[in-house]
Amino acid sequence: MSGYSANTKIRWTEWLPWVAAGAFFFVLPEYLSLGARILIFILFALSLDLILGYAGIVTLGHSAFFGLGAYTAGILSAKLGIHDPFIGLAAAAVMSAALGLVTGAVILRTRALTLLMLTLAITAILLEIANKATKLTGGADGLSGVQVAPILGLFRFDLYGKTAFLYCLFALFAGWWVVRRIIYSPYGAMLTGIRDNATRMHAIGAPVYWRLVLIYTVSATMAGVAGALLTQVNQFVGLNVLGLEPSGDILVMLILGGVGRLYGAFVGPVVYLIAQDYLAKQYPEYWYFGIGVLLIVVVLFARGGVLGIVDQLRIKWLSHSKPKSSAEASAR
Amino acid sequence: MILYVISVGLSVTMGLMGFINLAHGVFAMAGGFLLSTAMTALGMPFPVALVAAALSVAAMSVVLERLLYSRLYAAGELAQVLFSIGLIFVSVAVARLIYGNLAAPIFLPDYLRGQLHLLGRDFPTYRVFLIAFSSLLILSLWFGVERTRWGAMVRAAVDNRGMAQSVGINTRVLFMATFALGSGLAGLGGALGADILPVQWGYPFEHLVYFLIVVAVGGLGSLRGPFVAALLIGVADTACKYWIPEFGAFLVYAATIGILLWRPMGLFGVRA
Repeated sequence: MSGYSANTKIRWTEWLPWVAAGAFFFVLPEYLSLGARILIFILFALSLDLILGYAGIVTLGHSAFFGLGAYTAGILSAKLGIHDPFIGLAAAAVMSAALGLVTGAVILRTRALTLLMLTLAITAILLEIANKATKLTGGADGLSGVQVAPILGLFRFDLYGKTAFLYCLFALFAGWWVVRRIIYSPYGAMLTGIRDNATRMHAIGAPVYWRLVLIYTVSATMAGVAGALLTQVNQFVGLNVLGLEPSGDILVMLILGGVGRLYGAFVGPVVYLIAQDYLAKQYPEYWYFGIGVLLIVVVLFARGGVLGIVDQLRIKWLSHSKPKSSAEASAR
Repeated sequence: MILYVISVGLSVTMGLMGFINLAHGVFAMAGGFLLSTAMTALGMPFPVALVAAALSVAAMSVVLERLLYSRLYAAGELAQVLFSIGLIFVSVAVARLIYGNLAAPIFLPDYLRGQLHLLGRDFPTYRVFLIAFSSLLILSLWFGVERTRWGAMVRAAVDNRGMAQSVGINTRVLFMATFALGSGLAGLGGALGADILPVQWGYPFEHLVYFLIVVAVGGLGSLRGPFVAALLIGVADTACKYWIPEFGAFLVYAATIGILLWRPMGLFGVRA
């Protein structure tokens, strides 16, 4: 698990995802729209990882912020005629942050099942609003007619999704940088402390509640930005950004990748979305079956997700090679 | 009332055993499908099929409990939530493979169809039957948990498992039986309600939120709580959709939030 440690220098392995993303851009240009989608969901997963993995807030309603961000950006462009992408992102961030702050301040006083239910109810309410306020959101038909002006007046969103991909990549990079700063800071250490033992954190005088509200707001902001990105890239918002389903999906992605570790949020969406792209269209039944089995297996046997398995294998390999060398040393 | 029968089972597993079981709808769905199969393919009469469905769901749940659930009693809520979501996915896929995309057909026997003339008004017979049946169930459950030795043992085991074990209660078997009871109740509820809440492959997802609301609002670990909550939610939902359809389910969620903020442990919650 990554956490507060003295050595916060960026290791060379941490550049790998960015190198991979860059390579993807040049090697597989025909899959760029899928790529942009993956990047967006990585950002979304990253925001969930902050509250779930580091602060230990179990939520089934994180899609509330994703959806709010998506609709904010969509309405701004389709109804108010403001097409600048950065204004869209900023507005989505502000709205989600406000919602995160308000709901967080209210619901974070509770715990466990009650908290779970409250998060779920909030996203359900937003879904209900989006469904009924057809004038503003298009209801079940979705909101189309979203236009995006060229970024900085220079880079137009092209048909092949090149601009969109790079745009999402930069947004993700910024998000990654923020998250990385947070989790390696004393504040990040405090969050993991709250996750592991809230009572003890109270005892040493940490303002547990306000710390949780703050991280909830930060996470909500990021999720909102991710939602806005999705709107701008797809130029469309549908009801499927809100409610239980997207919350569950993103949770599954994060769990598959490995919760409570920075790069779990990277691995999960990549695996999940690529698998979905290949399997779900052809065999939807098997897709659900596979995801379900995977989840059960991960929960029962591999708590760290994919990255956890990698870690365990590495430790095993190291411990296998070590006794060997000491045996050799004693033989000499 | 259906909501109640299904969610009282959930209250048994979740409240009494402290396991966050989101996959509860799965057992309800299984009950509905089994009822349909028993009646159409095997030609069983309705009451027999009902009992058979509930019993086989209970038996199925014992297998699941031994194999999977029992490993997670001590795990955190996140693991339990995820595990049960996984279970939902698997069961949804299986149900879709076996039964296809259509809702399970349910044929009520003649004596439960039609109208019942009561107090000068007509009521659908089946609904009257449902209400009578669930009332009976509530009474017997309440009696079971509050007044019998078994109930006392369950409550003891939940309050302090180690202590219960050391005075000679076999908590393993006890939990297994309790889980089977809870799931069996869900199966029964799903089967009974199949006529009103159509059973199809998306069932566990669609109604998950309602079940959860009922339990959370009612409070964990009580039998009275889910009953009151199911009534409240049912009445509120229907009234809402009738009078102000433009709000839809909005008010139900809003009410849930309000109640949970007012009483975080639910209306009749006992455990902190």
